[in-house]
Amino acid sequence: MTTLLIPMIKRPLHPTGIWNWITTIDHKKIGLLYGATAFINFLIGGIEAILIRAQLSGSNADIITPEVYNQLFTMHGTTMIFLAIMPLSAAFFNYLIPLQIGARDVAFPRLNAFSYWVFLAGTIILHSSWLFGSAPNSGWFSYAPLTSVAYNPGHGMDFWIVGLQVLGIASLAASFNFIVTIINMRAPGMTLMRMPLFTWMTFITAILLVLAFPVITVALIELMFDRSFGTNFFFAPAGADPVLWQHLFWVFGHPEVYILILPAMGIVSEILPTFSKKPLFGYSTVILAGAIIAFMGWLVWSHHMFTVGLGPIPNSVFTITTMAIAIPTGIKIFNWIFTMWKGSITFSTPMLYAIGFIVTFTIGGISGVMHAMSSSDAQQQDTYFVVAHFHYVLFGGAMMGIFGGLYYWFPKFSGRMFSEKLGKVQFFLLFIGQNITFFPMHFVGMDGMPRRIYTYSGEMGWTALNALETSGSILVVISVLLFLHNIVKSWRSGEEAPGDPWDARTLEWSISSPPPEYNFEVIPEVHTVDEWWARKRGLLGEQSPSVGSNEKGEIHLPQPSFWPLVSAIGIFIGGYGLIYSYPVAIVGLVIMMVGVYSWSFEPVNDPD
Amino acid sequence: MAEATASNHESEHQTTTGLNHRKILMWVFLGSDCMFFATLIATYLVYKGKSLSGPMPLDVFSIPVTTVSTFVLLMSSMSMVLAYAALRKGSLKGYRTWILSTVILGSTFLGFQTFEFYEFANHHVHIDCINPVDLTDYEQGLFDKNCKDGVDHYDAQHGLTPKTNLFGTTFFVLTGLHGTHVTIGVIWLMSLFLYSFKKGGVTPERHLDTDLAALYWHFVDVVWIVIFAVVYLFGVFEGFPS
Amino acid sequence: MPTINRQFAKYSFVLLAGIILALIFGCTNDHPQSPFDAVGPVSESQALIFYIISYAGIVVFVIVMALLAYFTFKYRKRSENEGDPEQIHGNSTFEIAWTVIPALLLIAVAVPTINSLWDTTVSPEPDALVVRVTGNQWWFRFDIPELGVVTANELHIPVGEVINIELDSKDVIHSFWVPKLAGKVDMIPNNENTMWFQSNEEGIFYGQCAEFCGESHALMRFKVVVESRKEFDAWVASQLLDAIKPSDPLSQQGHDLFMSSEAGCYACHTIRGSQKAYGEVGPELTHFASRLHMLSGIMDNTHENLISWLTDPDEVKPGNIMSKNASVYNDPDKVLSDPEITALAAYLRSLK
Repeated sequence: MTTLLIPMIKRPLHPTGIWNWITTIDHKKIGLLYGATAFINFLIGGIEAILIRAQLSGSNADIITPEVYNQLFTMHGTTMIFLAIMPLSAAFFNYLIPLQIGARDVAFPRLNAFSYWVFLAGTIILHSSWLFGSAPNSGWFSYAPLTSVAYNPGHGMDFWIVGLQVLGIASLAASFNFIVTIINMRAPGMTLMRMPLFTWMTFITAILLVLAFPVITVALIELMFDRSFGTNFFFAPAGADPVLWQHLFWVFGHPEVYILILPAMGIVSEILPTFSKKPLFGYSTVILAGAIIAFMGWLVWSHHMFTVGLGPIPNSVFTITTMAIAIPTGIKIFNWIFTMWKGSITFSTPMLYAIGFIVTFTIGGISGVMHAMSSSDAQQQDTYFVVAHFHYVLFGGAMMGIFGGLYYWFPKFSGRMFSEKLGKVQFFLLFIGQNITFFPMHFVGMDGMPRRIYTYSGEMGWTALNALETSGSILVVISVLLFLHNIVKSWRSGEEAPGDPWDARTLEWSISSPPPEYNFEVIPEVHTVDEWWARKRGLLGEQSPSVGSNEKGEIHLPQPSFWPLVSAIGIFIGGYGLIYSYPVAIVGLVIMMVGVYSWSFEPVNDPD
Repeated sequence: MAEATASNHESEHQTTTGLNHRKILMWVFLGSDCMFFATLIATYLVYKGKSLSGPMPLDVFSIPVTTVSTFVLLMSSMSMVLAYAALRKGSLKGYRTWILSTVILGSTFLGFQTFEFYEFANHHVHIDCINPVDLTDYEQGLFDKNCKDGVDHYDAQHGLTPKTNLFGTTFFVLTGLHGTHVTIGVIWLMSLFLYSFKKGGVTPERHLDTDLAALYWHFVDVVWIVIFAVVYLFGVFEGFPS
Repeated sequence: MPTINRQFAKYSFVLLAGIILALIFGCTNDHPQSPFDAVGPVSESQALIFYIISYAGIVVFVIVMALLAYFTFKYRKRSENEGDPEQIHGNSTFEIAWTVIPALLLIAVAVPTINSLWDTTVSPEPDALVVRVTGNQWWFRFDIPELGVVTANELHIPVGEVINIELDSKDVIHSFWVPKLAGKVDMIPNNENTMWFQSNEEGIFYGQCAEFCGESHALMRFKVVVESRKEFDAWVASQLLDAIKPSDPLSQQGHDLFMSSEAGCYACHTIRGSQKAYGEVGPELTHFASRLHMLSGIMDNTHENLISWLTDPDEVKPGNIMSKNASVYNDPDKVLSDPEITALAAYLRSLK
């Protein structure tokens, strides 16, 4: 019996070409796959955004139909949050965490590959809804009962439900992996309070994700059962309360906001010290502030629901908790600024992004506090003021951090230097473009423009500002294209990068660019925060470690495997099955089971 | 979960905490799964007593039957412990005996659940119009409506399905997803049982494979205790919050 | 790098110009749906809180940015041979300061906010006039139960009086928002939400559904007409009358069509005083012609607009129930002819 379960397919021990990428379980390659896929998603989400901006550029515009417009803003939000920002963060987690903690790979390399392939499956499922004629159309938080079959026939919502569940599997698997990796694979001497800030923020993000995703999973299951099997979770005529969906969604949704921003905060906390030539100001305070933000993130969800009619008592409570979260956020901002205090600052592109991040994120933070004021929020809720706020936090915050990180670690990823000149031009274009796009949204919002409207009449007085926003978005497009040009060109023919081009502080810079497959020849021993800086500057004194060498033959790396991919393909097929045909779902389940069983019985290393 | 049975390779390396990666993975997974069940139970409680029509918990629950099935599941936890203990002592025969017992007890629990679901879906009301005793609210309604002069009893089909009312919806989805967890556990334990016949498949040195399955199994049991208390006991006993 | 600096200067100018333009546009008065220029106690209280937190926010922003700008300028690397700066790891005094000061600031703004929250949520006069608002895809039904008035999309209220609003929805979630009178409150099935407002000025105020509610969410608007108590009483009296009987042949023809089983309009719309038009699916039409606007406030109530609506409702308000379910629109064999549409319009326009 058991021999039947042992894989019949020969293990790909030394794959080449494309198979090398398909079967890889190397965290660095998986990180690059994540990054490339997520950036493509970012471009797709960007195209959706541009179409939205085109439609809104003038009053009573008739460029796209209302139904397509509704699909566009739904998919724009869903794409940017679940398919762009989260996986771009995951790309950094994958590539950098083992390097920053001095490990040769993550704890479960094949689970890591599985995460990527499942993420790709979810990506394809969601985007393919366009090709099947009905993309999801109820907004990224899809309030019931608009999502029920009665008000939303067709398969659009089914794509959304299944897509998010598949992405949830990918995110959960990745987070389990990173939590175990960070807890259990740190180099000797690297105590928790010696971990780099980015690793810390990753750790906190992963914990948030592990606890928040089950909540949305249950909500999605309930919605799926309502749509497919006629259950009553959100069916008002049976006495159900549609507000339940909002509670479940935002109990997940607010931690999700921190899942999006904390990695970017981690990135900025790496860039600022490097280019200021100083340690992060108040290292432990910044970590503590991050942890408090993550914890408080569970206590503020109802501030998304101030107009739901929960009553003045809950609204007061959530006003106070939400305002309280501004305190640790403020602490972080001041600590970043004071990292530059008495420093020696060079303005390379990553540093410009980190500084730009502080500017735009502060604006987003302040407008966030404005939303916490539940009294006046009744006027701002569901207007363009909110749209301005969360674009300042997600574009001006998360994406600015991610762009900064992409530049910062680009030499490490590629072994090449990018063009500083292009990088700076690109930064200013993006910075100016996004401010022209998003800043006027505060004003149109307070001029009474609700979000999610596909048209508006000229008498409202919103036309000029909307035209200005659209012109700003064109600058953003140009700058993103410039970024792509810079990256592609530099990757091909950029100057070769040394191991430590920025005179940086953490362990990933102690090895060559790009790192060898095994990362570290000798697992480093860690004595302090900013270990690499201390070594370079000879601050470790007597205990300063000598750089030893090791015969490569002794390094056992886990071998490539097909099974993560096979399991993911099973989930992919099963996903379409859940949308269109249950027998197909069972086929998918069987394929997944075959993959999982074969994987279970495949050792990490086969004898060569 | 099955990915957790990946391999023992990591345990050969020294880890930061000294614990095996897979053990930590399992605990993190269980933490995540806690949130999963917490959300389902929260949904159940939010809708408790909000159904617009019957049947209500009092109409369909049979506490003696569910108590027996709960007992069966608890016993399976015990046999799981015995299986693991046998393995640590090197008794492969004892291991097979106890792990098979666990599989059988788990399957029995699933059988009870299937039976219960079937019974609920085909629930039948019989009202003695001459001598009505202990009528639930719902039965009282039927009594008032149907027991007119000359009628000595009233029978009605009154099934509970996920579509019937909020109680049916939340009850079946909560217990059904728990049942799914039990099913995965049964498949996992069955796989270990079969694998133990492969030479070197299950050995005292590789006890972690069984340890992880046991951890999962106990977790699923504990969740059931919570469900049994919150859904069944709070559902029928007066004086409990409703 | 001089080129970069020149570009930087150029772009800063663009940014500055953009912000100035934004401020100019943002401050013009021509915004019928802006919560500023508040006309009642609820919206005034909310605007006050908005101003308080805005100014506090601007002050904080300026301080933070001044610090940031100063540090980036002052501590820029001046020469290639500059040595490492002092490795400062932190400063407890500073860190306590930027924990405590923001906390105090937040407490200072929290107090008026919560005060305002209660004031704006809890009606000062629970026994005042009640208006029930029911959301539908994509129009508003207004009931004033104690006066027996039922109308759609255009609510009349008396000036200077507290109005208590009860909110409900017949289908999906909508949100009731008249920015110049009060912030929004959602309309959710199975949730009895309430709000209140009062207008101290007469005039016509714009409202719009603020919660995404499907295909034509953007077209779900309404108007609140605030008038003197006398005008309001007259309006109520006129609304309570039965519909006017058609007085000319064209509107008689429209009436007959409306009540015919071929067109079937009566099944979904109410025209009080008629023999059979008491449907409740669509808006009440008894005094349709007395309204200034039609189709949930998206257009003036004119003959031309009515003709275009009746000719192709899906073009005017995509996805609406009438174009989906009425046989004259979903069955090609039953399409209304142009003369029929003209007659229907004449009839509806006669319903003063």
